[in-house]
Amino acid sequence: MEIAHHPPTATGLDNRKLGFWTFIGSETLFFGSLISTYMVYKGAAVTGPYPHEVLNIPVTSVSTFVLLTSSLAMVLALNAVQRGSRAGTLTWLLATAIGGLIFLGFQAYEFTTFVHEGLTIQTNVFGSAFYVLTGFHGAHVSVGVLWLLTLAALTAMGKIGREDSLKVEIAGLYWHFVDVVWIVIFTLIYLIP
Amino acid sequence: MSAAAQDQESVVGGTGSTDEPASHPTWRFYVMIGLILTVITAAEVAVFYIPALRGVLVPILLVLSGAKFALVVMFYMHLRFDSPIFSGVFVAPLLLAVLVVVALIVLFHVLPHGMGTISGSG
Repeated sequence: MEIAHHPPTATGLDNRKLGFWTFIGSETLFFGSLISTYMVYKGAAVTGPYPHEVLNIPVTSVSTFVLLTSSLAMVLALNAVQRGSRAGTLTWLLATAIGGLIFLGFQAYEFTTFVHEGLTIQTNVFGSAFYVLTGFHGAHVSVGVLWLLTLAALTAMGKIGREDSLKVEIAGLYWHFVDVVWIVIFTLIYLIP
Repeated sequence: MSAAAQDQESVVGGTGSTDEPASHPTWRFYVMIGLILTVITAAEVAVFYIPALRGVLVPILLVLSGAKFALVVMFYMHLRFDSPIFSGVFVAPLLLAVLVVVALIVLFHVLPHGMGTISGSG
C-alpha cells in the first residue's frame, strides 16, 4: 500500500494541522465574543422568563457528561487508527457521533421546553443571548457529527488506515474544541448564578 | 518499564511533525483523564447544590472548569505532547478572548454607571 507522506515544511510541522489550529484559534475568538455578549446582558432582562426559572441543571449535567464521554471515545478512535485497528476506529468514531447526537437531542429537548415556558429568541435579552450562544455551539456539534459519520463511512469502506491518522486527529481536534467550549458554557451560563 | 513510561509509549503518526514520529499516550491514560473529567463535573454540580458554599461558588466553579479545560486541551488535544507552535497558535487568541470577556464584564458590571450602562430592552 502506498503511504502518502506530507512534504517537509519550513516549520517542520504538517501545514494541515497548523492550519486547523489557526482555525481553532479564530473559533476561540468567535465563541469569546458570544460568551462576552451573554455575560454583558446577564441580569439585564426586564421581563421573564429569567435564567433561574428555566435552566435545568440536572438535565444539562447529563448532557455535559455525554459530551465529555464522547471526547473520550474520540481519543480512543485516534488511538485505534494509530494502532491500525479498523474495527476499533469504526467503533469509537460511531460512539463519538452517537454521543454528539444524544447531546443534540438534549439540546432540542431543552429548547422545546424553554419555548413552551415562554422563552424564545425574541422574548428578552437573556433569550437572545442564550439561544445565539448555545445555538451556534449546537451547530458546531452538528457539523462535527456529520464529519465523524463521514470518517466512519470511509473507515468502513477501508479508505481510512493507519497512514491517514492525521485525518482522524484533525476531526478530533475539532470535536475536543467543541467540548471545551461547552465546558465554559456549562459553567458560566448554567452553574454560576 | 514504568506505568508512566508505558502510558507515553510511541505510536506512529499524528503529532503534525513531518519528520518525527509522534508520542501519544495509550488508551489507559485517556480513560484515566476521562474519569478525572467525570469526577470534576460531578464536583461542579455538587458544589452548585451546597448552600454553605454559595459565597465561594464562583471561584470554585472557575477553578474546576479551568482544570477540565486544561485537561482536555493538554491531553485530548495533545498540546502537552505536540510542538509549542500549536500551543502558541491556540493560546494567543484564547488569552485575547479571555481579555475581551473580562474587560466587558468590568465595563458593564463593575465600573460605576455611565461607563457601560445597558438600557433595558427586554
